Amino acid sequence: MKRTNRNFRIGCHIVLILVSLIILIPFLLLLSSSFTEEQTLIAKGYSILPREISLEAYRYLFGGAGNIVRAYGITFLVTAIGTSAGLLMTVLLAYALSVKDLPFRKLISFLVFFTMLFNGGLIPTYMMYTNVFHIKNTLAALIVPSLMVNAFFVIIARSFFETNIPKEVVEAGRIDGCGEIRIFFKVVMPMSLPIMATIGLMIGLGYWNNWTNGLYYITDKNLFSVQQLLTEMVKNMQALQSGELAGMDPSTVQNLPSTSLRMATAVVSVIPVMLIYPIFQKYFVKGIAVGAVKG
Amino acid sequence: MHTTTHKKANRKKMRRYLPIYFMALPALIYIFINNYIPMGGMVIAFKNYKFNKGIWGSDWAGFKNFEFLFRTKDAWLITRNTLLYNLAFIVLDTVIAIALAILLNEIRSKRCKKFYQTVLLLPYLLSMVIVSYLVYGFLSPDQGFVNKTILSSLGLQGQNWYAKPEIWPFLIVFVHLWVIVGYNSVIYLSTLVGIDKSYYEAADVDGATMWQKIRYITLPNLKPTVITLCLLSIGRIFYSDFGLFYQVPLNSGTLYDVTSTIDTYVYRGLMQSSNVSMSSAAGVYQSLVGFVLVLFANWVVNKISKENALF
Repeated sequence: MKRTNRNFRIGCHIVLILVSLIILIPFLLLLSSSFTEEQTLIAKGYSILPREISLEAYRYLFGGAGNIVRAYGITFLVTAIGTSAGLLMTVLLAYALSVKDLPFRKLISFLVFFTMLFNGGLIPTYMMYTNVFHIKNTLAALIVPSLMVNAFFVIIARSFFETNIPKEVVEAGRIDGCGEIRIFFKVVMPMSLPIMATIGLMIGLGYWNNWTNGLYYITDKNLFSVQQLLTEMVKNMQALQSGELAGMDPSTVQNLPSTSLRMATAVVSVIPVMLIYPIFQKYFVKGIAVGAVKG
Repeated sequence: MHTTTHKKANRKKMRRYLPIYFMALPALIYIFINNYIPMGGMVIAFKNYKFNKGIWGSDWAGFKNFEFLFRTKDAWLITRNTLLYNLAFIVLDTVIAIALAILLNEIRSKRCKKFYQTVLLLPYLLSMVIVSYLVYGFLSPDQGFVNKTILSSLGLQGQNWYAKPEIWPFLIVFVHLWVIVGYNSVIYLSTLVGIDKSYYEAADVDGATMWQKIRYITLPNLKPTVITLCLLSIGRIFYSDFGLFYQVPLNSGTLYDVTSTIDTYVYRGLMQSSNVSMSSAAGVYQSLVGFVLVLFANWVVNKISKENALF
């Protein structure tokens, strides 16, 4: 009896170590390749441990390659603006919907929830943003479409406010003569930091990782985000393989990102995510629990 | 008399609530623009869209676009691919994620548990672009780990994996699992942690085996979470992760037969062949059938266990 339990536990460790390896090895491959000397990489291919260590790709990345540094700048800017605006809009709406006797509360909640069940799809959305709002090749194209306010986060935040903000506290604020907006910023928000952190991180991750808005709306290289730059690099390597570039000017082909540089760009794009991961994990696992229960 | 006081009270109430509506306004305007206007734009699928005439100026086409769409073999292909992949995902996600959650729950050492959990959640944080780079690291015909290290050490010829449709159904499923299973297992784990320990103690007293405990205590307790997650997935069964089917196969044309889904079809229609009318018909087909499926899934759950229904 005891013995089977122990064997079972050892089995658990073995399986989980194997799964961890399956997850981690691709990361190692990416990391090592970015640190490997270019010629070795071309001759021997990507490897799990670096063969000839070289920092050339990183030197190039942070030094000369203007468009990569620029792309990081764009991504940071878009993430900062989008996340703060999106988070603020989300919690304000969620708070309003948590006010129990608000007239039309049910109707508004339904209209928000309905967007999770039904949507117009890519083409009408694309047509509206390009033909009506003319956001093609503007910074707004990376910030506004689809990422700012997500009904799911509104619902999570609303249920947090409903269950965790005591009515008495809000009432006390009203008796003191505070306006509703002041009550929200002075009383409710300081009590809601965990949920704001969770939702802020999710929105921020969405912006940082987004590549579809760039794909749909941006053709101007000056506005490329990191993810879009990486997508373009993939297109270039495909083009090289399929020989589409055979007729191209040799100098252009030479200027195409080298193998290790591509990997280094990918590595650097993951670093900010890894840096916030510990905070993320702390709030995120709780957030997952809330999300799963509430659906 | 009565009505005036009532009105007064109402007006007072509205004045009190005005700031609250004001707080809700920015997000509501955003949702109206980003989500509701495009719903109206769906009429484009019923029009013979001409760029210079715009959506409203173009001539009506009735159901012509849908007729054309369903006469192509693409319609069948993208529907089949979207549905079959999603079915595979739903079954495998659930089974593997639960298995991993049970294993994680058995780990006593806090530090080990934390380590496994950290690693398992990692892929969920990556964009599909990065995932496509990771896959490329293995499958690149020229420098990939599979060709250059594994196959060449076995003395075998390297392959151009991006031109081999037969391996991609498995690859897509594997990559999907790689990304999502850890996330799902953490969700299940958070349910497992909440199960009352005394059930297990009682089972131990009765001399229950490991498997009996899993079968009769763990799994029944996971049922609500399983239903919720499956319900969400079934509601999304007509949708696919655009990145998984577009970025990971590097948009390779030879793979379209096994990697085209409704989402990639709509995108290609918009960007590449500029066949907007037909791909917007595909978009409407997706939205409508998807909507019906959510309602249906929710109705079924309402019948079998009401408390797990979404609405």
